[in-house]
Amino acid sequence: MAAAYEIEVILNRQLADCLFVPVFIIDTGGNLIFYNEPAEEILGQRFEETGEMSVDEWGTAFKPVDEHGDALPPDELPLVKTLKYQSPYHKSFWIKSLTGVNQKISVTSYPIINRAGNMLGAVAIFWKSTEE
Amino acid sequence: MRIKLWGVRGSIPVAGPETEYYGGQTSCMDVCEEGYQLIFDGGSGIQKLELNNTKTPKRIDIFLTHLHMDHIQGLGFFRPLFDPGNEVHIWGPKSSTHTLHARLGRYLSPPLFPVLLRDLPCKLTFHEIERSQVEIGPFTITSNYIIHPGPTLAYRIEGKRSVLTYIPDHEPALGKNGIIDDVRWLSGFELARDTDLLLHDGQYSSEEYIMRKGWGHSSIVDAGKFAQMTNVKKVLFTHHDPYSTDNQLHKLFENFLKSNSYKYECEMAREGMVIDLD
Repeated sequence: MAAAYEIEVILNRQLADCLFVPVFIIDTGGNLIFYNEPAEEILGQRFEETGEMSVDEWGTAFKPVDEHGDALPPDELPLVKTLKYQSPYHKSFWIKSLTGVNQKISVTSYPIINRAGNMLGAVAIFWKSTEE
Repeated sequence: MRIKLWGVRGSIPVAGPETEYYGGQTSCMDVCEEGYQLIFDGGSGIQKLELNNTKTPKRIDIFLTHLHMDHIQGLGFFRPLFDPGNEVHIWGPKSSTHTLHARLGRYLSPPLFPVLLRDLPCKLTFHEIERSQVEIGPFTITSNYIIHPGPTLAYRIEGKRSVLTYIPDHEPALGKNGIIDDVRWLSGFELARDTDLLLHDGQYSSEEYIMRKGWGHSSIVDAGKFAQMTNVKKVLFTHHDPYSTDNQLHKLFENFLKSNSYKYECEMAREGMVIDLD
């Protein structure tokens, strides 16, 4: 059995479970360890069905593009930057989800760093963008 | 391993005939094996604690789960701290801001207390711990943070032949749907897993818990579920609510037994209770 998560990660999941906005939680390896019900609509799958997803599995679920429709390199995505630099990031862009819908979204990501300063994972919050 | 409970009440000490059976002193417990003694929490129960450390009689180890008043209020009245011949080690949760010494000093200083921590005659050493492991005599003590407001530790105490887990303040059910049915997402799981005896917060009835969500404690039903998920052999429900009389606690436990059928043994913790684990 894999090790239990630290309480900082558990509390983020419990919070995400109560929120209206889609939330994704990943571990330090980039694996998707939880997404809430609103996020299921974006992903087109239910967490109860998929369980945790490796970075290879869920990394292809979205096709992020810029305003010209050009693919965004992973290094420009907030969650990737948060994992890399352990800092919060924010960006608006377009995605094509597994449901085939194109939508402009804003993403804010933040690192989960415990009291001892250890990086435990990251959280990404998505919502439909209202920015022009 | 011999365990004695010196205080099992939560929040504030209580007195009177209606709480005489379970006792009114706040959290404190000691654990002895092979002449070594460890003390857990310094609630009001510590005042009457008897030293029983024959291997290192001048050394006293006190492990604090956290610094809420009901877990430290007895320290100022614990006589061994006033003996200059004693070497006292206080172990407690690390914070990201102030030192353990500074945080404890908020209580052990005027105007709340007449004697400053630095003026205590014993030789005092502070150890800030988090996800840690310490060995003292026959014991291996493992700690980690658990869900409770402010930095709060739980302890797993492994002796030569048995294992005890001490989690007097814990709210594993905090969230929209309570405890998540997956042990990887269960606060305190690794510390309590397969333990011989678990002391766990069971302060409220399920009805009381609804009104007190986020206060950092458990209903006895959630504590029972936690014990089941961690596969413990025996549970003692502790941190009794200060408003609960003996009769109400009897009733709480009876109702728990009526509506739950777990395979482990369980009891309500009582002040003065002695448990031998082998």
